[in-house]
Order: sequence, then structure tokens, then C-alpha cells
Amino acid sequence: MIHLNFDITLNGNSEEFKLEMHTSIKKGSFTTIFGPSGSGKTTLLRCIAGLQTPQNGIITVNGIPWFEASKSNFTPQKRGVGYVFQDYALFPNMTIQENLEFALKPQQNPEIIHELIAIMELTSLTNSKPVSLSGGQKQRVALARALVQKPKILLLDEPLAALDSGIKSKLQDYILKLHQKYELTTLLVTHDIAEILRMSDHIIELKHGKILQEGAPKEVFGHTEINSNFQFTGTVLEISSEDFIHFITVKIGQNNVKVVADKDEISQLSPGDTVLLSSKAFNPIIQKIS
Amino acid sequence: MIDFDPILVSLKLAAITTLLLLIIAIPIAFYLSQTKSKLKPIWETLVSMPLVLPPTVIGFYLLVAFSPNNAFGTFLKDTFDMQLVFSFEGLVIASIIYSLPFMVHPIQSGFQHVPKSLVEMSYVLGKSKFKTLQKVLLPNIKPSLLTGIVLTFAHTIGEFGVVLMIGGNIPGSTRVASIAIYDEVESLNYDVANSYSLILFGITFAILLLVFLVNGRTYKNRIV
Repeated sequence: MIHLNFDITLNGNSEEFKLEMHTSIKKGSFTTIFGPSGSGKTTLLRCIAGLQTPQNGIITVNGIPWFEASKSNFTPQKRGVGYVFQDYALFPNMTIQENLEFALKPQQNPEIIHELIAIMELTSLTNSKPVSLSGGQKQRVALARALVQKPKILLLDEPLAALDSGIKSKLQDYILKLHQKYELTTLLVTHDIAEILRMSDHIIELKHGKILQEGAPKEVFGHTEINSNFQFTGTVLEISSEDFIHFITVKIGQNNVKVVADKDEISQLSPGDTVLLSSKAFNPIIQKIS
Repeated sequence: MIDFDPILVSLKLAAITTLLLLIIAIPIAFYLSQTKSKLKPIWETLVSMPLVLPPTVIGFYLLVAFSPNNAFGTFLKDTFDMQLVFSFEGLVIASIIYSLPFMVHPIQSGFQHVPKSLVEMSYVLGKSKFKTLQKVLLPNIKPSLLTGIVLTFAHTIGEFGVVLMIGGNIPGSTRVASIAIYDEVESLNYDVANSYSLILFGITFAILLLVFLVNGRTYKNRIV
């Protein structure tokens, strides 16, 4: 069980930013943290890993205070979480095998490395340097390396963001498999709603450093659908007119949606525009956003 | 026949200075690249001072400091039986101070260009600062290390003012090639001066060429 009860103020780029966390994460859960850029998702993971220090509050993991303002603050070395950075941070001077060996604790049995290489299907890459690997391969190595020390907590910072959808779903399977096999408590930062629904049993939605809502995916997303408009962003593919009715075909994700529009709306739009398509009380409203 | 001693003294001085400075500069550069202290600009200024200060100024103050007539000089003489003025040891210390920025700057810049995430990842994986320096940072800044080593070596060979002030001109001990050239010119032995000059030209040209060849290759295969 991870108890988070802290705040941290960052004086980054010109604007002051405050992240306030008051929540608990169950042991063995797969928690997704999502929200717009700059909402504090990465900062949250960094505070748990010990790479950033909150100003106030407490972080306890299984009853042990990893951080307690002006009392204790475990170094990242002592916390021993598994962490996959967005840029993977593979050591360029080491081969894949050496990257994994570097992660071993002193006197740790190196057997785990063979096991992870087998699970992640990295056998043919062990002697390669990171520079020669594709994005998906780097991601698998970073994931394997994060698990060498058999951590209890795995932090994943948008690890799949840069990958195409085919590799993505395969890697999601790997992550789920490892999450179960090693009984991890996993925190995943992502923007991808499909990924959230597929992987997580708990969601924390952040906005401007505060928790907007949290709970099981169905509760969180069900809740939003009932209470507010549904909105999609998409690209205008085609504008057509039949008699006096006008249609706009919009590509939203993998789907093409054809909606009715009035003359004023189509006059502002042309194919290729990015639009926000929203519906309120069954009247589709379409507005140009770029 | 020219006397090769000054060339040998120059090479010996440059080699020892470079080796010692490498050991000294790595922790300094590491500290400067990591620290968020408000004193950082002061330390950086001090390290860079030899770049702009006339060598004679450094030489003069070292001469005063090492002089057996002063407290520090007396302390060295009484405690370690060391006399730094007009001795090879004194030259080494003066050269280390004089060449400090030539070693620290490239290494510091190398450290700063290593992505921060590599260092953080090493910490997350439980590795100490020292281990991170040894296994992650240093292997990834080899071109910077090479640049620092070569600049220091070449700069020490080219030293004149500091060496003259602190070392004097003792043959076989503190008489380095650059001073020998000056000496020979003063005595109107242009042939000998020319021989020394050509040798120095050849050595420094070869060293710098080596760096550009090696670094060119490294950058071509550069990772990150």
C-alpha cells in the first residue's frame, strides 16, 4: 500500500506549479495517471522514486515512511523502485546484456537476467548497443532493466507514447504479463484512453496538480459521459452537400464519422482542418479549433 | 649537436602535469556540473582565472608563496623538506594551476551534455554517485576526456612565463624547451633555437592531429 499525502511547488519555466496529492494506491493494483501535459504526472512519479523532494507531507510505502517532511527522506538508491523513463535512459556505452547486469544488486543472482531476456524476447539483442535498437526494442530493454532488482513498485512514464499501435499492443501485453508475474504495484502515466481501459484497474486523473477524480476506469469514464458533453477531436476529410443539407466527414481515431452541418459551419471549414466534435442534448456542435 | 634535455624535461613535465590534473579535474568538473550552490560562479571564475591572467602574475604569486622566506614556504621546508622554488616539483604544481581550466572545462562540458536521465536512472538502480561517475558518466564523455588531456599536455609544453618565474633555468631540472629556445636566441644560436622549435612544432602538430582524427571517428559513431 502506497500512501501519498504531500505537496510540492516547482518554480519551473516562469510559472509556479503546485502538485497536491492525497490518495492511496493498493498493493498489486495497476494504476493509471492521466491528464493534460503539465498536470504533474511525471512529478508524481519522480516524487515516489525520490528524484524530487516534496516540501510538505508524507509518502509511506507498506508502512515505511520513504519521505516525511523534515524527518526522513530515502535516497532514490534506497527506495529501489523500478522505473521506465520516457526516453528509456539506456546506457549508451553498455550492451543490452551489460545494461541489465548494471542493474543487479551486489551479490544478486544473475539468473534473473536470463529469465527477463527470455520473457522479453531479447536473446538476439544481448550484444547490441542501444543505438542500434528500434523504439520498441529499447522499450523492452528498459522494462527488463527496471525489473532486474525485483522491485515491488514499477513506475512507467509514458513508455509507449512514441510507438506505433501494432507494437504498442504487444508491449501492453508484456507489461500486463510482468505486472502479474512479479506481483507488482504499477503506476503508468499515459494520454491514451484505450491504453487506460485495457490495462488499469484504478485511474487517477490530474489537472493543474490536483486530483480531478479517481476510481475504477468504468466509474471515472462513465461518470464523465453522463455529466458532460462527449467530445472528440478529428480531422475533416470531406465536405459535401446534398440539396440543402450539408455533411462533414471527420476522421476520429480509426473511424470516419459523417455529421450534418449547416451552411455557416461548412463555410469556415476545409478538408484537413482539425475540429472538435461535441454533442450536447443530441445536437452535434462542430467548431473549428485549428 | 643539440642538447635533448630541455625537450625531455618539457615532455616529462607535460606528462606528469596531465596525469595529476586528470585526477584533480574530474572531481572538480563533476562537482561544478552537478552543484546548484550559489557559490558556483565563484568556483568557476577561480578555475578560469589562468585563462586571462598573465602567466607572470601566477608565477610571481607562486614564487612568493613558495619562497622559504614566507610562512608557507617555511612550512613546506620544515614539514616535508620540500623546496618548490626553482625545482621540478614546483614546476609541476605551477603547471597544474596554470592548466587547470584546460582540463576542467572540457570535462565539465562533457558531464553537462550527458542526459540527466542517465544519471537519475543509475541512482534509481541503486548505484552510488561514485559508481555512476565511474560506469555511466566517464565512459560516455571519452571525447571530452581526450580533449582535456591533449589541451593540457599541449598547453604545458607551450608554457613559458610561469615556468620562467618559478623554475628558473636549471639545466636537466627546470630548463624546459620553450625556455631553451629563448636562451638560445638570446645567445644568437639561431640554428639550435630552430631545431628546438621544429621539434616542438612537430610534437604539438602530431598530438593535435591525433585528437582530431580520433574525435572525428568517435563523433561519427556517436551514440546518445
